[in-house]
Amino acid sequence: MNEQKINDDLLRPLRRTSVWFFIMVAFLGTIILVGFGSWIYQMWNGLAVAGIRYPIFWAFYITNFVFWIGISHAGTLISAILRLVNATWRRPVTRCAEVITVFALMIGALFPIIHLGRPWLFFWLMPYPSERQIWPNLRSPLAWDFFAISTYLTGSTLFLFLPIIPDFALMRDQMTGWRRRIYGALALGWQGTTKQWHRLEAAMQIMAIAIVPVAISVHTIVSFDFSMSPVPMWHSTVFGPYFVAGAIFSGIAGLILAMAVLRKVLHLEEYLHPLHFQNLGKLLLLMSLLWGYFTFVERLTTWYGNSPAEMAVFWETQTGSYAPLFWTMVFCNFVIPFPLLAIRRLRTITGTVIASSTIVVGMWIERFLIVVPSLARKNLPYTWASYRPQPVEIMITIATFAAMTLLYTLFAKAVPIISIWELKVGGHRQPVLTPEQEEEHRELWRTRP
Amino acid sequence: MKAIYGLYSDPDSAQHAVESLRHAGVADDAITVMASQPYEEYEFSHRYKQTWLFWIAAGGGVLGLLAGLTVAYITETFWPLVTGGMPIVSWWPNIIIMFELTMLGAILATVVSLLVMTELPTIRSKIYDPGISEGKILVAVENPPDSEIPALERTFKASGIAEVKSV
Repeated sequence: MNEQKINDDLLRPLRRTSVWFFIMVAFLGTIILVGFGSWIYQMWNGLAVAGIRYPIFWAFYITNFVFWIGISHAGTLISAILRLVNATWRRPVTRCAEVITVFALMIGALFPIIHLGRPWLFFWLMPYPSERQIWPNLRSPLAWDFFAISTYLTGSTLFLFLPIIPDFALMRDQMTGWRRRIYGALALGWQGTTKQWHRLEAAMQIMAIAIVPVAISVHTIVSFDFSMSPVPMWHSTVFGPYFVAGAIFSGIAGLILAMAVLRKVLHLEEYLHPLHFQNLGKLLLLMSLLWGYFTFVERLTTWYGNSPAEMAVFWETQTGSYAPLFWTMVFCNFVIPFPLLAIRRLRTITGTVIASSTIVVGMWIERFLIVVPSLARKNLPYTWASYRPQPVEIMITIATFAAMTLLYTLFAKAVPIISIWELKVGGHRQPVLTPEQEEEHRELWRTRP
Repeated sequence: MKAIYGLYSDPDSAQHAVESLRHAGVADDAITVMASQPYEEYEFSHRYKQTWLFWIAAGGGVLGLLAGLTVAYITETFWPLVTGGMPIVSWWPNIIIMFELTMLGAILATVVSLLVMTELPTIRSKIYDPGISEGKILVAVENPPDSEIPALERTFKASGIAEVKSV
């Protein structure tokens, strides 16, 4: 593909703004404002306006926290793995994915703060000495969350930013006026010397290696928030990998949805091909099977153990008041996506988008079913209770989806959503190599970012 | 800074120019190549292949590990409250803090080293040409002796460009 055409196509959304963009920003901004107002209302009146009360102290907010941290696994983790295995089809996909990570993490990290009720005290999670020498308890999974999410957010942001620098330089040269000055500052004076390219590639390799275990650790640690407690159906060794699998599952689904929207709205049909959706669909199929396997393992172990406390939660989700949600989840995460993704003829863009839509819904329900029923049916029957989300919680939840969409829209308006230079590298002809050269290319430093 | 450079529309010509400059006696260090994308397939992009970046990242990881160890140990011993029957200094949970700070150390060391090694942020050098962003490859010789400039111009032109620029 002609390099000038790549520049023109991918910089078009930055140069031209349709009226729909402003309508969308206004619409999403209004929802976010209402959500923010709900949060202020909650701060003013206290957490009592939310539906969380004894014994169900974790509900919508923590569900959203786990869900968004899970969605964040779409980007950096998948992008890093595809970089490391040098999958050539990744090039148009990586940035779309990495952006999801950064914004989903920001939104996810907001929920424990919203859940605090008094968000201005969130810094108590940080390891600092107060005047009474009281330190946060680093043996608590909540403190682990702080370290894990901070590390992942820092790493993901840098992982996103570094490969944008050459594109900022391109925009600096192609834009005019105030945009030129802003992109010039963001480009940091990038010139594209051989040394700069080599160091950037090496840095991206190291970052990719580092970010994979961090991503896995993040959702494992989020699972520890639950599994470290002796609460029925939480205290399980399978929770770490179960959460990670679920996170990657929902993350890929989120990525497919984002790519489909970008493809349609920004007219990126020549860059985001059906092949990308098919390949991600295969990954989604694998994760759907893995999710089904973990759900079965978790349920079978509980059922076979037949512990009364665990069985109370088990039956509440299988046949009790949470059963409609449970079976909806099974349909959304397995029954509907499986044929759509397993049958090649159905694994089209439309098929993967339908499957992804049901999976996103199913995975949100899954997070809810992990959090709430165990607290509603915890150990002593006289403490059992039910949970009904209140308008303030529902509004804040909706607002975060609007915030994700808005942030993504604004990013796609300011930065090429597909890495221009990486796309061009993908168009280079591959040289015929001698066995010695091939061996050299297998080395870490010879692998392209 | 004084420099003479040519803009090439394809990497083959740029490679030819680099080789011609070498044959003309120009030292590798004096030749600068700039492009809007990396050309791994070409020899001119193989310079600077060796790097300490991996080891610096590993060093950053070690520093992060030590920071994690210190933070965990100090916070636990400064407020020696028994929680959940665990020892005051509990290594199992501390491993999590140490792991996260190890990775954070490695990531930050990598990024800081990248910026230092590539001298970013910086003011663009005078030989940068916006044509690079349009796909051209710039090959330059920095600080050539005045007496050699005509010969270098001929070398550049022989590699397939119409105009040689100097700053």
